[in-house]
Order: sequence, then C-alpha cells, then structure tokens
Amino acid sequence: MTSAMFIQHFFNALTLGSLYGLIAIGYTMVYGILRLINFAHGDIFMMGAYFIFFGTVSFFLPWGVAAVLAIAAASLCGVIIDRIAYQPLRNAPRISALISAIGVSFLIENLALVIFTGLPRPVVQPEWLVKPLAFGNVRILPLGLVVPAISFILVAALLWVVYRTKPGLAMRAISKDIETTRLLGVKVNKIIAFTFALGSALAAASGIMWALRYPQIHPFMGVLPGFKAFIAAVFGGIGSIQGAMVGGLILGFIEIMLVAFFPEFSGYRDAYAFILLIAILLVKPTGLLGEKLEEKI
Amino acid sequence: MQQKKKNRFRDTCLTIIVIVLLGCFLHYAQNHFNGYAIQIINLVAVNAILALSMNIIYGFTGMFSLGQAGFMAIGAYVSALCVLTPEQKEMMWILDEIIWPFSTIHTSFFVSVVAGGLITAFISLLIALPVLRLGGDYLGIATLGFAEIIRVVITNATPITNGALGIKGIPLHANMWWNYGWLLFTLYFMIVLLRSNFGNVFKAIRDDEVAAKVMGINTFKYRVISFCIGAFFAGVGGALMGNLITTIDPKMFNFLLTFNILMIVVAGGLGSLTGSILGSVIITVLLEWLRIVEEPMTILNFEIPGIPGMRMVIFAVALLVIILFRREGLMGMREFSWDSVIGFLSRPFNRNKNADTGKEQA
Amino acid sequence: MTPAKHKNLLELRDVTIRFGGVTAVRNLSMDIPKDSIVGLIGPNGAGKTTVFNLITGFYRPNEGFIRFRDRDITGLPPHRICGKGISRTFQNIRLFANESALENIMIGCHVRRKSAWWMMPLLIPSCVREEKNIRETAWKLLATMGLEQYANVPAVSLPYGAQRRLEIARALATEPSLLLLDEPAAGMNPQESTELMDFIRHIRREYELTILLIEHDMKVVMGVCEHLWVLEYGQCIASGTPDEIQKNPKVIEAYLGEEVFDA
Repeated sequence: MTSAMFIQHFFNALTLGSLYGLIAIGYTMVYGILRLINFAHGDIFMMGAYFIFFGTVSFFLPWGVAAVLAIAAASLCGVIIDRIAYQPLRNAPRISALISAIGVSFLIENLALVIFTGLPRPVVQPEWLVKPLAFGNVRILPLGLVVPAISFILVAALLWVVYRTKPGLAMRAISKDIETTRLLGVKVNKIIAFTFALGSALAAASGIMWALRYPQIHPFMGVLPGFKAFIAAVFGGIGSIQGAMVGGLILGFIEIMLVAFFPEFSGYRDAYAFILLIAILLVKPTGLLGEKLEEKI
Repeated sequence: MQQKKKNRFRDTCLTIIVIVLLGCFLHYAQNHFNGYAIQIINLVAVNAILALSMNIIYGFTGMFSLGQAGFMAIGAYVSALCVLTPEQKEMMWILDEIIWPFSTIHTSFFVSVVAGGLITAFISLLIALPVLRLGGDYLGIATLGFAEIIRVVITNATPITNGALGIKGIPLHANMWWNYGWLLFTLYFMIVLLRSNFGNVFKAIRDDEVAAKVMGINTFKYRVISFCIGAFFAGVGGALMGNLITTIDPKMFNFLLTFNILMIVVAGGLGSLTGSILGSVIITVLLEWLRIVEEPMTILNFEIPGIPGMRMVIFAVALLVIILFRREGLMGMREFSWDSVIGFLSRPFNRNKNADTGKEQA
Repeated sequence: MTPAKHKNLLELRDVTIRFGGVTAVRNLSMDIPKDSIVGLIGPNGAGKTTVFNLITGFYRPNEGFIRFRDRDITGLPPHRICGKGISRTFQNIRLFANESALENIMIGCHVRRKSAWWMMPLLIPSCVREEKNIRETAWKLLATMGLEQYANVPAVSLPYGAQRRLEIARALATEPSLLLLDEPAAGMNPQESTELMDFIRHIRREYELTILLIEHDMKVVMGVCEHLWVLEYGQCIASGTPDEIQKNPKVIEAYLGEEVFDA
C-alpha cells in the first residue's frame, strides 16, 4: 500500500466517520434524556436523503435551498414521531417505548417503500464536488474535505447550543433528573421536542451528505448506518456529544481500514460493528467518555 | 380439598377432549383443505412455538432479547444439514465443497429438529454468559447484534452453509402432525415449568431483580437458564420453519422475523402463554390475509396495482396501536383456565337463577 | 476453636466503603450476639441502609471484613449470603408486584430447594414432592402472618400494612438465622407500631432469629432493641444499651432539633 492510497483511505474514513458521528449524536442526545434507543433515527437519516432527492430532482431547487428545506422537514418528522409514539409512553416501562420505536422504524421504512417504491434512485452529484483534486499523486474528492468540514461546523454549533443557551441548559438538566427539572418549571416536553428536532436535523444533514457521497438512495438505506451510529454512540459513551462524534470517527476508520487492509474479511464488514459493540458493553459499558449511572438499591 | 381434586379431574378430561378435537380437526384439514390453508395452519403452530420461546425470555424473565431470528437460523441450518442426503449436499454446494463431517451426516427428521434445538441452546449459552450481564435495552441491542453476527457468519461460512445461495430442496417433513406435536410438547414444557416455583423464580427476576437476589436466587443462573430454554425452542421453531418452506438462506433470518414474533408476543400479552397462542393464530392469519393489499386487484373495473410494503405498514401501525393503547395485549398476564371458561359459559344461566344479584355479578 | 466459643452471630470489623470521593461508611465494627434484637439508628443519610447492603452483599467493602457464624462472608454475592442464612426487608417495600402473596412467599422458599429445574418437566417424583412441600410451607407461613385472605391477590394490590407483613413473611421463607429489617415501622400509627414490637419479639422466639433493625421510630427502637449502634456521616458515634444511648451527649447532639427522644 502506497502512502498516496493511505491518504485517500484516510479521507474516505474521515468522511464516513463524520457521517456516522452526526447520526450518533441524535442517538446519544435522546438516550441521554429519555434512556430510549430511538430506533427510528436511522430512518430520519433516510428521509433526509429522500427529501433532498425530491427537492432537487422534482422541484428543481438549488442544492442549498433544498438542503435547508430537507433538514427542516426531517426535524419536523422527528418531533412528530416523539409526540405520537414516545410522549404517551414517558411513564411506561422503558422497553415499551423501545418497542414503540421499533414499530415506528418499521412503519417509516415500509411507508417509504410504499411511497417512494423500493427502486434505488441515483442521485446526481454536483460536478465540482466529485472532480478529484490532485495533490501530487494523491487524488482526493472535494467531498472528502467538504463533508468532514461541514460535520465539524455542525457539531460545533450544536455544542454551542447545548452548553451556551438556555434550552441547552434545560436539556442537560433533564438528562440529570427529569422530575426535578419539571418541578423547576421547565416545559420538559418542549425541550424534549427540541432535542428531537436537533438530533433529526443532524441525521438529515448526514443523510444528505451520504446521498452525495454514495449516490444511491433506497428506503432501507438508514438501517445499517443507524445501527452503526448507535454503536458509535455507545462506544463514545452514551449521553456524550463529543463521545458520539469520536465514536463515529473510530467506527468509520475501522470500517474503511478493515476493508482496505484485510480485503479477505470484507464479507464481515457489517458484523465488525456489532462485535465491537458487544466487546465495549462487556469491557466498559459506559463507553469512552460516558458517565457512570449507579442503580439505587 | 375434595372439590379441588374433582376440578383437576374435570380439567384433565376437558384438556384431553380438546387435544382429541384438535387432532380430528387436523386430520380433516389434511384431507380436505387446500395446500395454502394447510400451510397457514402449519405456520400458526411454528409461530406459536417461536412466540412461546420469546415469551419465556422476555415475558416471563424480563430479558428483552432480539436474537430470535439468529437462533432460528441456527436451528434451521442444523436441521437442514442433518436431514439432507450426502448426495444432495454434494450437488448443491457449488461455491465451496462441503466439508466433513457435514458432508456425511444424514439423520431422520425428528433427530434433526432435536439437534437444531440443542445446538441452538448450546450457542445461546455461549452468548448468554457474556451478554446476560447486561440489562434492559442494552441486552436487546446486544442480542440483536449477535443475531446479525450469526447471519453474517452463515453467509460467509460457505463450506458449511453454502453461503448466500442458501439451502434448497429440503424435503417437506414438517407436516401438521410434527408441527402440532412439537407445539404440544412446547406447551407442556412451558406450562409445567412456569407453573412450578421455578416459574415464580423467573417472574421474580422480571419483577425485581434486586429483591430476587436477596431471596437467595442466583439471578444470573436463572437468566441463563431461561435464555437457553427460549433459544432451544427458537431453534426447534427455526428447524420446523426451514422444513416447512423447504428453502432457507441467510437473508431470510433478518430482523423482520424477530419483529414478527415480537409482535405476536406483545399482541398476545407478555407473560401469558395463552396470549402467545392466541396471538400467533391471529397474527399469522392476519399477515396472510394482508397479502391481499399487496396484490393487484380490480374494484368496479378499476385496476389497482399491488402496493409492496403496505402489509408491513399496516402491521407496524397495529403494533404501535397496541403498545400505545393496550400495552398489556390481549391477555395481559392472565392465563387460560377451565374455571374461567366454565364461569363465562354458565354466566347466562346464573343470571337467570339469581336475577336480583345479577347486577353485582356483571 | 469451637463455634460455641463465639457467641456472636455476625461481626463487622473496621468496615469502610467509599463511593467515588465520599466515604459512606467508615471503620464500622459491630458484634451482633446470637438471639438478640439490636438496632442501627442515625439521622437520614447516615449510611444505615448502606450497612445493610454491605451485609447482604450488594456492596463489597473497600476495607475490613464481615463474618457470619465465624465464616468470612465479605464479598460473597447476595444470593450466597441469603443461602448462608441472612435475609432482609427493604425501606421502600420491594415485593414481586405481579405475583400473588402466596407466590411471593414461595419464591422465598426457593433458596432451600434441592431439585433442579430440568427435573420439573420430567415430573421426577422428588421434585414434584418438593414442589408440593414448598406450596404447603408457603400456605402455613401465610396463615401465621394472617395473610391467608390475600393468598391469590397480586402483591401490588395489597394494603400497605399487609405488604409490610408479606415482605417479612417472604424473608422468613428463606429460613434465615439473621433477619435485617429496614424501617419496619415506617408509615405505621402508634398502635400499629406497638403491635409490630410484639410481632418482632414473637417471630424471634418462633423462628429462633437474631434481628437487626433500622428504625426512626424511637419508641420501637427503645422498646424492642437490646443494643444499639448510632451512625452519623457513616461513622459509629456511639453504641450501647438503649438507656446508655439516650444519655449519650454525642447522640443528643447528632439528633439535636429532631426531638426524637420525647416519645
């Protein structure tokens, strides 16, 4: 393997990793607040991709406008899902909400199958994004630079919201103790909806960039990235935004490098993440940057 | 005491009558029903076994396991490998030659199903030892992960499993008698075990694991036991399923399969054996019936094309409705008993007998 | 060394446990004589329940050891400790909510069971017989506790007082020699707590128990306990007979303002 190839792999991994990271943030925020694995999150990612596809192809919108609209629509979907499927189950056993989430996920996937049909659709990439840039003998797609850059900007913006604004403060308070926060007069359901909106926006952004990078979309495209992103969130320490991003990057690197260096194992490409998950849960269930939760006896 | 014994005698008689009636029905169905109807009746039995296997793990012991499809895959593959003749296997394995000892094994159908169950139980034990230290949703995700790993391993272990091509032409051994025989055995096993104090121990772990530990229950051990029993019957169910549809491949054992079983268990009632049986009858029939919406149909000369995916949309909505509005499912944690049936049937008579107290009874 | 030489059923020696930076229990030593009723008191958050969790194996002490019947039980898992003969109740009642009163007690009987689970579906006679015995024992225990009427009622639907009694009955079903009661009189009126005192003495006689209890109701503590330990901020600040404790200035200071000794 030449160093040029390695650099190309590096940028591929960085792209994939930051896309995983963006999805993982949604998982980690919702889990941090509601202790709920939002199974439908991967499907929001898929919807982001479909929205941009229809925005650009059917309505001939410019990419920027379409992207903003797609993100807004996906956020709205996230909020609606929370309102319909999760909010009524706030006081139910946690697993009930999880089953509800699984139901929503199946609903969205199959609804997409019904509405958009199962046909994979090709996405037309803007030319300037896929015209390789040459640095000596290293050839990098502009996407390999643009995607990580946008991702990091988005994460920085999110961190600012969570740590520097009032709703962010409320979010952090809810994740510590939802009841006390409610008693302090915070409109908990609104903040939770806001959390879903933020998480869904990032997932949609990831879906849009995914559609640009791997230009084919289909109704079940969110399932595997969704799982992997959840694993990334666990890996980074569930509840931690920085952890989710780090976990996503690590997962992206493992995946790309595994295929690059051990092509004979590429059949196991989709299993490694689960092996990683089980290993993490057994060795350090709190993940890299997570906090420990003590069960009270 | 006298009354109790009399009741037990009565219940045993009634149960035997019902089993005989079921036998008569199956006999009649076999001779008079068409192949499609028989297939559905068979599927009901297999789904019931699978639902019971998930219910003991989740409904009775409180471990949210999403590994059912993986267990079924193991059972189905083991059974298929056992039941095919060496010649068939040699013909079918194109990508890689099948390796010894799988190339020479050839057993009867019954042995193949038992082997499927036992090997699934053994593998589930290996999975349980690390994974059952987790609780709640993490356990669900980890078992789901294992199911995926099993699937990927089966896809890649071509010398044993024929990889992505799957196994075709499994002889259709799983007739009604086998399927319902296994269902009765499963039911017997579950009823005897779960009605005993061991069943109480499982439920104690479900309700309050800390208190169960204080009561001297080795909760980890009993979680593992419950998990392995569930896996055994999931393996059996998978083996029967494979023999029923005669073709298996790794893609078949995806999360959707687990989702269907979860749906049956939740709809029937978590922690109710009766619920799982009722649930599997209703859901299986409903799922087949819903195939209509995916097929093209003509209403008043208008041709409506089939809508692929519509079935699962309706299905997912149904699950959501149940979990949002009737979380305890059909039966809650209640069980069928002859007392309640007789009480229900004799209600009109009682009402006439003491009309003045009728209101209170209702 | 004969066990008879040691009259203490349970011994804690210099037990310390820390959570993160907080020392929840520091250098606690206790000797609980056989057949006694003793108490552990102290203000809220003093670490009393933590001591119970240490004894029953939910926490492992960072330092020190715990001996039961002259055997080291430090660090054993909770179910093993129950098997050795220590049982407990919880401050916030922890019954098996969906199980009936009878089943709750039967679950307590499980720890003494000898047959294994797989014998049950095979209907092996010894196992079936044992099953029957467990059911009978549970019925008897239910009757002694006056809970017969609730036999088939799910524990969650029982009235509060019955739940408290059922929790004790369930603990007794494990055939303990040491019973730990965590605030048994919580939520009881004066008359009920007087009855409780008689009840505690009664079960000690009847089941040859040694009892350690945590209690805030000083009337109960002073009335029933033969020896007391006082915990404050995880440290034992006094121990002695109820009379000695009542006069101890340190204890009075710890409880200052709570006016618990008025009763």
